[in-house]
Amino acid sequence: MTPAADPVAGRSRRQHLLPNLFRTTAFKLTAVYLVVFALFAGFVLGYVAWNARRLLDDQIRFTIDAEIQGLAEQQRLGGMRRLINVIERRSRGPGASLYLVASPIGERIAGNVEALPPGALDRPGEREIEYARTSDGVETPSRALVRVFILPAGFRLLVGRDLEERERLGAVIRRAAGWSMLLVVVLGCFASWFVARRVLKRIDGMTETAQSIMAGDLQGRLAIAGTGDELDRLADNLNAMLDRIGELMAGMQQVSDNIAHDLKTPLTRLRNRAEEALRTASTADELRAALDGAIDEADNLIRVFNALLMIARLEAGRITDSMNDLDLSEIVAGMAELYEPLAEEAGLALRTRIAPGLRIAGHRELLGQALANLIDNALKYGESGAAAPEILIEAAPSGPMIELSVADHGPGIPEADRSRVLERFVRLDRSRSKPGFGLGLSLAVAVVKLHGGQLRLEDNAPGLRVVMTLPAAASAAQAAVDTPAPGTAIPSTPPAEPARLAPP
Amino acid sequence: MAEGGGYDVLVIDRMLPRLDGLSLIRSLREQNDTTPALILSALAQVDDRVKGLRAGGDDYLPKPYAFSELLARVEVLSRRRAAPASEPTTYRVGDLVLDRLAHRVTRGAEEVLLQPREFRLLEYLMKHAGQVVTRTMLLENVWDYHFDPQTNVIDVHVSRLRAKVDKGFEHPMIHTIRGAGYMVRDASR
Repeated sequence: MTPAADPVAGRSRRQHLLPNLFRTTAFKLTAVYLVVFALFAGFVLGYVAWNARRLLDDQIRFTIDAEIQGLAEQQRLGGMRRLINVIERRSRGPGASLYLVASPIGERIAGNVEALPPGALDRPGEREIEYARTSDGVETPSRALVRVFILPAGFRLLVGRDLEERERLGAVIRRAAGWSMLLVVVLGCFASWFVARRVLKRIDGMTETAQSIMAGDLQGRLAIAGTGDELDRLADNLNAMLDRIGELMAGMQQVSDNIAHDLKTPLTRLRNRAEEALRTASTADELRAALDGAIDEADNLIRVFNALLMIARLEAGRITDSMNDLDLSEIVAGMAELYEPLAEEAGLALRTRIAPGLRIAGHRELLGQALANLIDNALKYGESGAAAPEILIEAAPSGPMIELSVADHGPGIPEADRSRVLERFVRLDRSRSKPGFGLGLSLAVAVVKLHGGQLRLEDNAPGLRVVMTLPAAASAAQAAVDTPAPGTAIPSTPPAEPARLAPP
Repeated sequence: MAEGGGYDVLVIDRMLPRLDGLSLIRSLREQNDTTPALILSALAQVDDRVKGLRAGGDDYLPKPYAFSELLARVEVLSRRRAAPASEPTTYRVGDLVLDRLAHRVTRGAEEVLLQPREFRLLEYLMKHAGQVVTRTMLLENVWDYHFDPQTNVIDVHVSRLRAKVDKGFEHPMIHTIRGAGYMVRDASR
């Protein structure tokens, strides 16, 4: 993304802030909670209302039953006259129940009820009816729960209670429900808007940072609110990832800078030599010689590339799964044997002091190559005018580790340069008179690290001693402790080796 | 196309457009097609060689490679196809004879005394007599290492061998092929 695209993206985001808000997870979640909560609240309120009404009805019914029984008792004791008297008396009390005594044909005899629906007195039992009181001047019909009782000789007795109280309670509950629902919805909407906006703000911040990083600001990091919540954890992890990427990029940058720098020289040389040959060579032989030189130069370049690739792969550490149990003594001896003629030709004595049966979990090719590089270096730099021009290769157990060293009597490396020389392309030979690219030691370091070991440079007084400390294979270390002579306990060569060493 | 047969050697890139080179070789081998196959790969990782050979490849060459290297290896593979299945017990090039069973090398009437490694070196060179053998091929087949030695390690070994085999004889057997490697050849004919 180009930086110019950023402000546009920012503007469009602000324009669509509201729809964006509705799309956020936080908003959706809150909305769902809101609906669920409202449903529950409605259910609870409905249940309360229904229960209260039932309770009231039961109470009314109970009162009516008690009154009817009392009145029936009065009638049994004192006949109709006494009953009518009692009813007349009770009807006048404030907040009285409803009473009515009627003849078998339905004529009103006593009581405080008027305007009953027709047929209300025909059957005994309980029902809800519309009625009006006699005492009220105005005829406002009300609802009442009544019970009709048929007295002996066909007289009807009606007792009831007004339901106004129940209706009022219902209204109160309905109003409360309405208001609370409204409140829940309004507050819920506000809360979800607030929560969503907060989360959205942080996510937007992250997105903005991510975009600026994509646009090239590699130093940018996501803001951390410090609350330790999941967004903070996410930001923390993303930041760690960005740091790691930054490190890798810096490493890559360094390597590619070095490569560009060091390959430019041989490439230019190659080009100039070709040009020179084209201009000056007159015979086919001269041209052929120039071409041979060019091929050698190109081969060297390829070698450098291969070495660099190899180092990069080793540092990526991707081959650890192909480590085998190896006889390091055999590898070291084999390498010494490979290089012995070369040393002799260079006027150096190649001596070895190798403890037998050193076992290691490792990669034979890589260990061989690392060792070859060290011997190669020793051959290149070890031929000084020292009294005993020799290279000594030693391998011996040292606790749980194996120490493998290559020592020469060359000029050595000053203490100050020892860590620097392990880096890629670093060569102390200023004149660059010796062949090489300064990659041999770097490769050895990478191999040793891959095997979980260390490489250090020591003063061989005079000369250089390169020491690789590698972890011994666990089983071999155990065997070395158990038996005084490890060489006898462990076959000094893997089963396949004798066949390979001895010609068939 | 490879399944049609009739090829001496297959040079297969690991990164083919549609098919993985290794799968191709594997399927050929399943059909009992034993055409020698050389795998080319940009994946010069150490483990890739093992994978390639396990899939049924006969040789493995990481990119970038020198053309002479490829040529030498293809040559060796194509000869292998023509050669009889069982290896002879003696190699004979002119008056140079290598007895693999008795571990003896003779040149004319004289016995040549060789170290075990020198014997293996000569054995490999004579097995591929008349073919160019590169330094990497020697390191691979005689020492079983697959890296590229920075210096002329192999050259010194060959020159030692040459001193024992060719010194005092009119016609040398071991020839240096400039820019490629070595070849054992009877130069008297």
